[in-house]
Amino acid sequence: MTLQTDWRGMLNPAVRDLPPSGIRRFFDLVTEVKGIISLGVGEPDFVTPWHIREACVYSLEKGYTMYTSNHGMLELREEIARDIRDTYKVDYNPRSEVLVTVGVSEGLDLAMRTLLRPGDEVMIPQPSYVSYAPCVILAGGRPVYLKTSVEDGFQLAAEQVEKAITPRARILVLSYPNNPTGATIDRKNLLEIAEVAAAHNLVVISDEVYDKLTYVGEHTCVSSLPGMRERTVLLNGFSKAYAMTGWRVGYAAGNGDFISAMTKIHQYTMLCAPITAQLAALEALKNGRREMRKMIDMYNRRRRLVVDAFREIGLPCFEPRGAFYAFPDIRSTGLTSEEFAVQLLNEEKVLVVPGNAFGEQGEGFVRCAYAASLEDLGEALKRMGSFVKRRLGRGKVLTASFRKPEQDEGEGMRQTV
Amino acid sequence: MREVLELLESDARLTAGQIATMLGRDEEEVARIIKESEEKKLIQGYFTLVDWDKLGAEKVSAVIEVKISPQRDVGFDAVAERIYRFPEVRSVRLMSGAYDLIVMIEGGTMKEVAHFVSFKLASMEYVLSTATHFVLKTYKHHGVIIDDKEEDRRQVIMP
Ligand SMILES: Cc1ncc(COP(=O)(O)O)c(C=O)c1O
Repeated sequence: MTLQTDWRGMLNPAVRDLPPSGIRRFFDLVTEVKGIISLGVGEPDFVTPWHIREACVYSLEKGYTMYTSNHGMLELREEIARDIRDTYKVDYNPRSEVLVTVGVSEGLDLAMRTLLRPGDEVMIPQPSYVSYAPCVILAGGRPVYLKTSVEDGFQLAAEQVEKAITPRARILVLSYPNNPTGATIDRKNLLEIAEVAAAHNLVVISDEVYDKLTYVGEHTCVSSLPGMRERTVLLNGFSKAYAMTGWRVGYAAGNGDFISAMTKIHQYTMLCAPITAQLAALEALKNGRREMRKMIDMYNRRRRLVVDAFREIGLPCFEPRGAFYAFPDIRSTGLTSEEFAVQLLNEEKVLVVPGNAFGEQGEGFVRCAYAASLEDLGEALKRMGSFVKRRLGRGKVLTASFRKPEQDEGEGMRQTV
Repeated sequence: MREVLELLESDARLTAGQIATMLGRDEEEVARIIKESEEKKLIQGYFTLVDWDKLGAEKVSAVIEVKISPQRDVGFDAVAERIYRFPEVRSVRLMSGAYDLIVMIEGGTMKEVAHFVSFKLASMEYVLSTATHFVLKTYKHHGVIIDDKEEDRRQVIMP
């Protein structure tokens, strides 16, 4: 007798009911189309600098193919602590307060699982990176979305946190520079948010994977703020700054008790981050500054070109100050984000990601990664130009709600209409 | 100034307008910097890097180590000049170490190069000796990897 197994019925409901990633859904559409220029890739177009790759090859030749300490190689943790100290003047003990993870992705998952009890609430600013809410849900928590908008430069404000406080509120996620908007957050806002976090005893998980990719002003490390070192889980990695996405290596830094609890999960589920990646990360931290700066200069130049081009095309574009994304406002076309992305793909073979893939708040925008060559960017922008022209040329009457309120060029507002 | 020159060095076709946007500067200012750099010969020229091998063009190049005896008052410079005035000579550099000048030469055929070395160069006054090395293959040229196989291997869409 064969037993008919109903796998859907066997699934953990939390997993079964997790909506598929909006990006994933879009991806299936894309694989059919040939010859597209993609501005949909959330990773550097550069290959990892050669000195880093070469160091890894050498380590393989030398036979470094084994497990490392669960915490990650001490030498790497020391370099990570040194880097944080040199950059932000925050001290972490490399022996007890740093854990090497398989990317920020693992750090995020571990942090949620280490902290959350069933039903605990995690505040997540929106729009933001697609993994936060699923990680919260899978860890038994409940995501609470804090909506940021273009009018506020996509910056979270302390009052929003204050308003969302409930007896179950435990964690606040901060994610600046931000994916998908490219927004950074002003120090002043962070200081106010820090006060609210302290008043309500929130843990802050700060994903600073784009910290080095800050083009306007200076990045403020959340744990460098008064009183914040103790309540912050600092997540960072090598994927973006050193063009090392495929290596899968990152780290978490924070309170020693927390890190050792987190290490327990890591030890049983991951054992350790790959040694090849750890050795490459070590080389990146020791000798990677120059190459990193070069890549960042290039992103910055493309950033200005792209923002300028969108405004020229007639799409208002908030000035992204970090990461490598521009987030133009496409509401004047009369299309939804998804319609815009799908039609642009079909008509012009340019791929952008609909803003609503990053939460409801992203509706009306599309994410364009400018981690692409100047040639590709130029061509993509030209095609987007003709696409938008056709849409605007159709004489669609803009309804009042599609029009933005006039904005001053005030602090944190770089909206040019 | 430096940033403008670096950008032009990476791509000579960039317009003043594009450079200005990329650097967040004024177009007129950038145009002025370029003009001044040209006038002051900071910018020596605008070239195109051509892969002649790919075209199948017969081109032979060689590097030649040259030992010379320096001349009173002008040192190596006068001899270097006599060499670099030949149009087939692509570059001449004064070196530290076992020889004095390194001369890069490009000719149509091996015979032409050999002819240049023996009849023009080796026999030149103050040239003590030469050692010629023919180029078999160029892998990288002016910072550009010839036939770079490293293409974009990213997934087309990623969060
Ligand atoms: C905001 C943000 N955090 C984390 C990640 C993932 O980083 P990692 O490669 O270190 O896992 C990404 C990747 O796109 C991201 O955009």
